[in-house]
Amino acid sequence: MTYDCIIIGAGVSGSATARELSKYSLNVAVIEKGEDVCSGTSKANSAIVHAGFDAAEGSLMAKLNVEGNEMMDELCSDLDIPFKRNGSLVVCIHEEEKGGLKELYDRGIANGVKGLKLLDKEELHEMEPNLADEACAALYAPTGGIICPFILNIAMAENAAVNGVDFFFNTEAETLKRDDDGIWHIRTNNGEYKTRYVINAAGVYSDKFHNMVADKKIHITPRRGDYCLLDKEMGSFVSHTIFPQPTKLGKGVLVSPTIHGNLIVGPTAIDIEDKEATATTAAGINDLIAKAGMHVKNLPVGRKVITSFAGLRAHEDAHEFVIGEVKEAPGFIDCAGIESPGLTSSPAIGRMVADIVVGLAKPEKKADWNGKRKGILNPSELSVEERNELIKKEPAYGQIICRCESISEGEILDAIRRPLGARSLDGVKRRTRAGMGRCQAGFCSPRVMEILNRELGLAYEDITKSGGKSNIVLERTKGEAQAI
Amino acid sequence: MEKRELTCIGCPMGCQITVELEEGEVKSVKGNTCPIGDNYARNEVTHPERTVTSTVLIEGGDKCRLSVKTKSNIPKAKISECMKEIDAVRIKAPVKIGDVVIKDVAGTGVDVVATRNVG
Amino acid sequence: MKNYDIVIVGGGPAGLAAAVAAKKAGNDSILILERDKELGGILNQCIHNGFGLHTFKEELTGPEYAYRFMEQVFDLNIEYKLNTMVMDISPEKVVTTMNREDGMVEYQAKAVILAMGCRERPRGALNIPGYRPAGIFSAGTAQRLVNIEGYMPGREVVILGSGDIGLIMARRMTLEGAKVKVVAELMPYSGGLKRNIVQCLDDFGIPLKLSHTVVDIEGKERVSAVTIAEVGPDMKPIPGTEERYTCDTLLLSCGLIPENELSKKAGVEMNMITSGPVVNESLETNVPGIFACGNVLHVHDLVDYVSEEAARAGENAAKYAAGQTAATSDKVIKLVATEGARYTVPSTIDVSRMEDLLTVRFRVGAVFKDSYVSVYFDDKQIMHNKKRIMAPGEMEQIILQKKKLEEAGDVQTITIKIEDK
Repeated sequence: MTYDCIIIGAGVSGSATARELSKYSLNVAVIEKGEDVCSGTSKANSAIVHAGFDAAEGSLMAKLNVEGNEMMDELCSDLDIPFKRNGSLVVCIHEEEKGGLKELYDRGIANGVKGLKLLDKEELHEMEPNLADEACAALYAPTGGIICPFILNIAMAENAAVNGVDFFFNTEAETLKRDDDGIWHIRTNNGEYKTRYVINAAGVYSDKFHNMVADKKIHITPRRGDYCLLDKEMGSFVSHTIFPQPTKLGKGVLVSPTIHGNLIVGPTAIDIEDKEATATTAAGINDLIAKAGMHVKNLPVGRKVITSFAGLRAHEDAHEFVIGEVKEAPGFIDCAGIESPGLTSSPAIGRMVADIVVGLAKPEKKADWNGKRKGILNPSELSVEERNELIKKEPAYGQIICRCESISEGEILDAIRRPLGARSLDGVKRRTRAGMGRCQAGFCSPRVMEILNRELGLAYEDITKSGGKSNIVLERTKGEAQAI
Repeated sequence: MEKRELTCIGCPMGCQITVELEEGEVKSVKGNTCPIGDNYARNEVTHPERTVTSTVLIEGGDKCRLSVKTKSNIPKAKISECMKEIDAVRIKAPVKIGDVVIKDVAGTGVDVVATRNVG
Repeated sequence: MKNYDIVIVGGGPAGLAAAVAAKKAGNDSILILERDKELGGILNQCIHNGFGLHTFKEELTGPEYAYRFMEQVFDLNIEYKLNTMVMDISPEKVVTTMNREDGMVEYQAKAVILAMGCRERPRGALNIPGYRPAGIFSAGTAQRLVNIEGYMPGREVVILGSGDIGLIMARRMTLEGAKVKVVAELMPYSGGLKRNIVQCLDDFGIPLKLSHTVVDIEGKERVSAVTIAEVGPDMKPIPGTEERYTCDTLLLSCGLIPENELSKKAGVEMNMITSGPVVNESLETNVPGIFACGNVLHVHDLVDYVSEEAARAGENAAKYAAGQTAATSDKVIKLVATEGARYTVPSTIDVSRMEDLLTVRFRVGAVFKDSYVSVYFDDKQIMHNKKRIMAPGEMEQIILQKKKLEEAGDVQTITIKIEDK
């Protein structure tokens, strides 16, 4: 069959676009090289909803950041995504650099950011007692927020799938070309896909696809960011997202609570060549620890870290989102160079990209589109009576599988059984947080494997951490044949 | 004259012991600081022994592996032969602690026994 | 709400021994809460031998040792609940549990015994750089996969950390056909028992590299190689000493952390060094009637000592529940570990509540040869015992006599230190 629209990449931009397009009578598919949605840049970032004062005035980045931020409340309510406007603070620690805050303030106002306020030293320390003593002024942005990047991505994809979008995982686009009838042929490792419109939402690979069809080339640099995630004990170390003053390389090392109650420190900004090189380095982590200590005091990063990771931002040389149809390649629409504030902008990006397709294809709106999604139940938010009622109906909710995060079997079963359900340990982890706590899956991984084995009929040897060849166990002992 | 270097396991001290052997007979033990070391070294160079612990495949029970051990020490040289027999055996539940899983493993005269119950 | 005199959180070696001792001390209202599907705790996966030499004067495997106590629990008709997670303990000793059958249930206890054990330090907490592929396991998780589930986590293995579980797993994986290439240990000494180094590494020709750590992990999907490097006295890798090992598995045996999330909810005060509760001579925490024992209190190397300590906690809990605990006096002696000694358990002694003999356990912070364990009542040295060797991996103990403390009169502080003469 020929699709109306195929989106390359099930990251947060691709998934947002898919959901927007699912409102229309269009045959839409998403092809994703990973085994799950949210497998690239979208899974490893600061998990911040930015206010929008950073991006240059008049830029697409600034516009979509502010729009995306404004769309977030309704989206999160519709899709049952945890989201909190904890507010952010850009903290100045050198008297002579205070002027930079005013610049940011002015830019924010120009970008349309609401509620911005310049704080003096006293106000600042009253708001955040753990700031470094040197902190002398700050820009306060009450619209800044924190979100779970996995759930945002997963929820939009799930909702798109429920509304008829096809998702093909483990499907890597290799080349694409347009035939004489104007149909795009995408060659993948899983055969050829045909479509009238292609959305290039391939993250750090978006330059590759753009450059296959466009005269004016773009260049994406994977800009690595190392992060440390700290124990929940440290989750209230600060209540706002603490930024240093920005530099040429980005917003700098932030310290922020996460929506789930941990503390995140990061990122570094290291430009690399390899688009898959998500390895942290000792230098990166040491740099992080040193920088995190500059704006807050006595942060025990080394002792309280539960995991460190690195993500790659898709940094385009011009530091601007590249969104639009490529003139010389009709039907090929870029959604490229989506780096920070990409997560924040994603709802607006999805809407903008979808609008381009809608403008070209002029489809009807679906009458039966359902934009609501119920998330995985969080039993700890229930009263004891409600919880007991639930366990009586579904005993699996009475069995704790992940002790650190208190995740029950019921939640894991839901994650596996729902649309675009989890098929790997990481898939379960990103949907439920099982394995994301302080023991980092040491306790629950054999138990989650047992559930995946039972639910999906996956042999233990075929269960992976995150698809591909990331198998957990290799064979049975005692020469026993593989069995389900 | 053959020389053998050993680490004593008698206590956390871990004395480095040198044993001199001639035609399989211990001529001298040096480096130990107490009689435990002397005794350990003599046994270890003439007839080293180990208890082997492992699992065997069990069918029809609530577990898929049964933990087992050699009921007493067996010659160290027989460990690998012992493991071959342990790997090959298939037994049926129920099993109780102490039940013989393999009789006279690897010709050592020692039985492999279950170390837990499987119902 | 249901009522029990004593609720024991955890059905591993500590919980079982505490229950048995409490029952033998005359208490008939005991409940053990276990989150796993069987009693015995971590011992069920410790199928190697070497347990029980002190307690039973014979060498048992982990499951056999556990079963000795389980039999007593069965024979004494002590109640227990399996597959039951304790969700909360309040300072008022209300224990909230959850399982499939009963949902959430609250138990009001007169006394609570914390016996939750410990967990392994994960890769994340070690800040090892590199990729995050499959194939990185804590040694205990690998042990469970091999011994209980019957699966091989890998074929070519590098192990970081020479804790006993890591050493045991080196042998275990080797016997199951894997190739263990090297064990790297950050410290200049091993954290494991000598016997395990000889019988788990030397027997199979597995090299142990002291003062080495992992500096890179390769492999995007599954581990494909691990690089280790020597570290200097500052514990930082020395450039130029890197050695790369191709492998598909990295096992971590880098320390155990008492699992005290529930203790904290109950308002129990923690010791920064042990990461376990601060306890008095009765193994009672700052919350009256809440006792702690086993690896949740401080990480042990021998289960025999866990059982002994837990039995004391059980007896004291039984006394407390029966209202027989002597009133606290205002004369509480502080125990201080210093100069080589890292901590003591207990942290305080109330002489009026102390038994005739009291075992005080502690660990040293480095390897000491031909040194002395010295004990001071305030400034007065009252014990000066020569030890040929002391190492951080081996728990030390001294025994205090009540009589001596009474004779000494008004002692404020008991200090334990390591002296070289």
